[in-house]
Amino acid sequence: MLKYPSLPASAVGRVALIAGGACALAALEYNAGLAEAAMDAGRIPQARLAPAAAGPVAAPVPRFGGPLGIGRPALEEEIAAWDVDILPDGRGLPPGKGAVFTGETIFADKCASCHGDFGEGVDNWPVLAGGFDTLADEDPVKTVGSYWPHLSTVWDYISRSMPFGEAGTLTADETYAIVAYILYSNDMVDGDFVLSHENLADFEMYNRNGFVIDDRAVLEYGDWRADPCMSGCKETVEVTMRSVFLVNTPEEGGSESVMNRATIEGLPVFSANGPSFIPDARPGTGAVAAAATEESGEESTEDKADRLARDGERVFRKCRACHRVGPGAGNASGPHLNGLMGRVMGSVEGFNYSGGFRAAREQGRVWDETSLEAFLTSPGEFMKGTKMSFSGLGKKGEQEAIRAYLGRFREE
Amino acid sequence: MSVIKQPSRRAFLRGSAAVAAGAAGPVAAADSARRPDPLITELQDWTSYTGAGVDETPYGLPIPFESDVIRRNVEWLTASPIASVNFTPLHALDGTITPQGCAFERHHSGAIMLRKEDYRLMINGLVDRPLVFTYEDIERFPRENHVYFCECAANTGMEWAGAQLNGVQFTHGMIHNMEYTGVPLRLLLREAGARTDDNLWLYAEGADASSNGRSIPMAKAVDDCLVAFKANGEALRMEHGYPVRLVVPGWEGNMWVKWLRRIEIVDTAVESREETSKYTDVYEDGIARKWTWVMDAKSVITSPSPQRPVRHGPGPMVISGLAWSGHGRIARVDVSGDGGITWQTARLGKQGDTKALTRFYLDTVWDGAPMLLQARAIDETGYVQPAKDRLREKRGKNAVYHNNCIQTWYLNSDGLAENVEVS
Ligand code: HEC
Ligand code: HEC
Repeated sequence: MLKYPSLPASAVGRVALIAGGACALAALEYNAGLAEAAMDAGRIPQARLAPAAAGPVAAPVPRFGGPLGIGRPALEEEIAAWDVDILPDGRGLPPGKGAVFTGETIFADKCASCHGDFGEGVDNWPVLAGGFDTLADEDPVKTVGSYWPHLSTVWDYISRSMPFGEAGTLTADETYAIVAYILYSNDMVDGDFVLSHENLADFEMYNRNGFVIDDRAVLEYGDWRADPCMSGCKETVEVTMRSVFLVNTPEEGGSESVMNRATIEGLPVFSANGPSFIPDARPGTGAVAAAATEESGEESTEDKADRLARDGERVFRKCRACHRVGPGAGNASGPHLNGLMGRVMGSVEGFNYSGGFRAAREQGRVWDETSLEAFLTSPGEFMKGTKMSFSGLGKKGEQEAIRAYLGRFREE
Repeated sequence: MSVIKQPSRRAFLRGSAAVAAGAAGPVAAADSARRPDPLITELQDWTSYTGAGVDETPYGLPIPFESDVIRRNVEWLTASPIASVNFTPLHALDGTITPQGCAFERHHSGAIMLRKEDYRLMINGLVDRPLVFTYEDIERFPRENHVYFCECAANTGMEWAGAQLNGVQFTHGMIHNMEYTGVPLRLLLREAGARTDDNLWLYAEGADASSNGRSIPMAKAVDDCLVAFKANGEALRMEHGYPVRLVVPGWEGNMWVKWLRRIEIVDTAVESREETSKYTDVYEDGIARKWTWVMDAKSVITSPSPQRPVRHGPGPMVISGLAWSGHGRIARVDVSGDGGITWQTARLGKQGDTKALTRFYLDTVWDGAPMLLQARAIDETGYVQPAKDRLREKRGKNAVYHNNCIQTWYLNSDGLAENVEVS
């Protein structure tokens, strides 16, 4: 079927004129815009060198109106060879026909090795049949039958792009027959069905009404184009899922993915009154800077204890990713720290300590000011091989503050 | 001067051992050096022997030490590597321009070798003058330079179902960003006397065996589309459509037809396989969205990320990433380290181009505590990149394409990062 029967015959003549050789360009009727652009082009060197020239030098190509006389007319045979796409209303279809029965044989011969005898798909190759009523499911099965809205697309794609590795080798009749067979394998036609250029465009596909035009602008953009929240945007944040696959990237290229066995247990919980996590690169700022400022003047012992505990609460933000304290606190990726002072090292029930801490418990070593300070200054030096990967508390006043804070939580 | 000795094989080995230790250990060498560094105190081979001559590498490849910075594929994703995809190593790149040699590839029937001499571009359909151009013809049209990102609609598509592959290369690597040299498409249309009414379509088709064809609304075709023949200053690579490809700024990569061989002006969308069976987005109710062309604003932290752990331990740290939007320029990028409770505005490496990758940095001091790292892009239209669960609320989990949600990396206190989802 001719796609553009209305194309004026004179068009070809005009093309010949335009592309008629080197002098064609000069013979062209430029419109005013183009003539101007051509003149501009002559002036460009001066214009650009002028020191006073303001504004950007970069500019898009001029928007002139007429053709330049580049290219040659496409011949009818050439257009016929390349313009083979089929429009939804069937324009572009070559005359021909094919029956389900014929299609079955061709499909078995040319397509089934990948797509299966009935379009069910071999291994990972595309499935062409079935999947009806699955589009709203967890894993929709999108096939020619269940998903494709137009039959023209099936004909168009197969005739141009299949079989994979030998595209463009099917005759029109073969293509009609194969498409008829794919419809049959989808239970959409009977075994005696014959498809042709006459009935293809009218064939109603199962999912013809299953598509709407992009409506993100209506459904979403209003919501997304809102002032973004900067702080206190959520109460707490927890990891709800970890990567399903860990990926190795070997020297030789490609990748190897292995299942990730790690669970979300023990991962830290982030909370709204936590540290504003990303300190500036400026030196001297940070969560505990306040704790380090020397207090001057009189202060009662009670006030001082309170102040230290408050500072300590802030210091504890560094520990909170791994430790819990307070009523009902349990183990996280580190043991709970209730009643720490005077507690036997490595002694919390149900926590799987490293060897050093297990040995310390055997020896009955107990946490006190000195040992805790040593441990928190440099965990690895105090306890060889400890699992606590923490770089240590180095800032002035942090140690005293954390002791004051932890001291408020008794063993339950 | 007594420390300077003749270079020896042993000195060289010691030298490289020192480098290896320095790279692996968390302790910065600078403040912990107790013994003089032999890399400094001993004469090294490279300082003594001569290097490669100018006739050795007529066209250079990256130095062998960078041999891990390559495109990588995931075998089980597709039935055949010929109709498949590989991923840009985003974690290892900086700046914004993607070198062609490691820019992702997506083919439907493999990358073809098409000589310039054998190249033809036809324009037909609703035109006054159906024309054929040779490659040389294309280079005679006025041309422009533009940097644009090209993102596959399926980039991050796996993540609809939850955190999947552990690496930014795999979650976000179906994108590249190049400086194109090309002819504005509208000039070719004008040449053929094409009708350019708003209700018309331009159907673009490639020369490869998939004959990938996409319908583009005329308004876009005459706006900013380019018929490009150079990228980053040199010829396109085979895998990106040598000698000529279409550039459709801000819109999904599948429309950037490679090996462009035909442009047809049509009065209807063709509804080809790549715009019906594929590149349509099924929402939760089973209804599919078609013509979802534009790539919404998106960003991701490329370092730290699973393939780029923090090796230097606590202290000064650069958080770096990329942001882009098919709607225009990136106006701002925010970064969070606590999974989205608190946000801080990052610094742009330089003011980004429209529809191009923009690099952002947050210069910070890491205290060694775990973080939930996120980035959030905001474009010049005020579009704010949405959180994963909010996008799912709108679309469900089966859309496959156009997943531009916020990505989370969990950085543990050892400096290792992992792809996670958060509440
Ligand atoms: C060597 C394997 C192979 C053979 C043989 C083959 N195909 Fe395909 N087919 C494929 C691959 C691979 C794809 C997907 C290509 C892509 O990803 O773009 C495909 C896609 C399709 C699709 C589109 C599926 C969809 O859901 O979008 C149809 C329809 C199809 N083939 C029909 C056929 C027909 C008809 C034949 C025989 C004439 C055939 N194929 C032969 C491998 C094959
Ligand atoms: C990255 C996680 C992490 C951080 C951060 C962390 N810890 Fe730990 N902590 C652990 C682990 C794990 C252990 C168990 C060590 C072992 O078995 O080797 C531990 C053990 C301890 C112990 C010994 C407890 C016992 O039962 O003997 C104390 C005390 C302690 N941590 C205090 C702190 C304090 C105070 C901070 C903050 C300043 C802190 N930790 C920060 C993970 C952490």
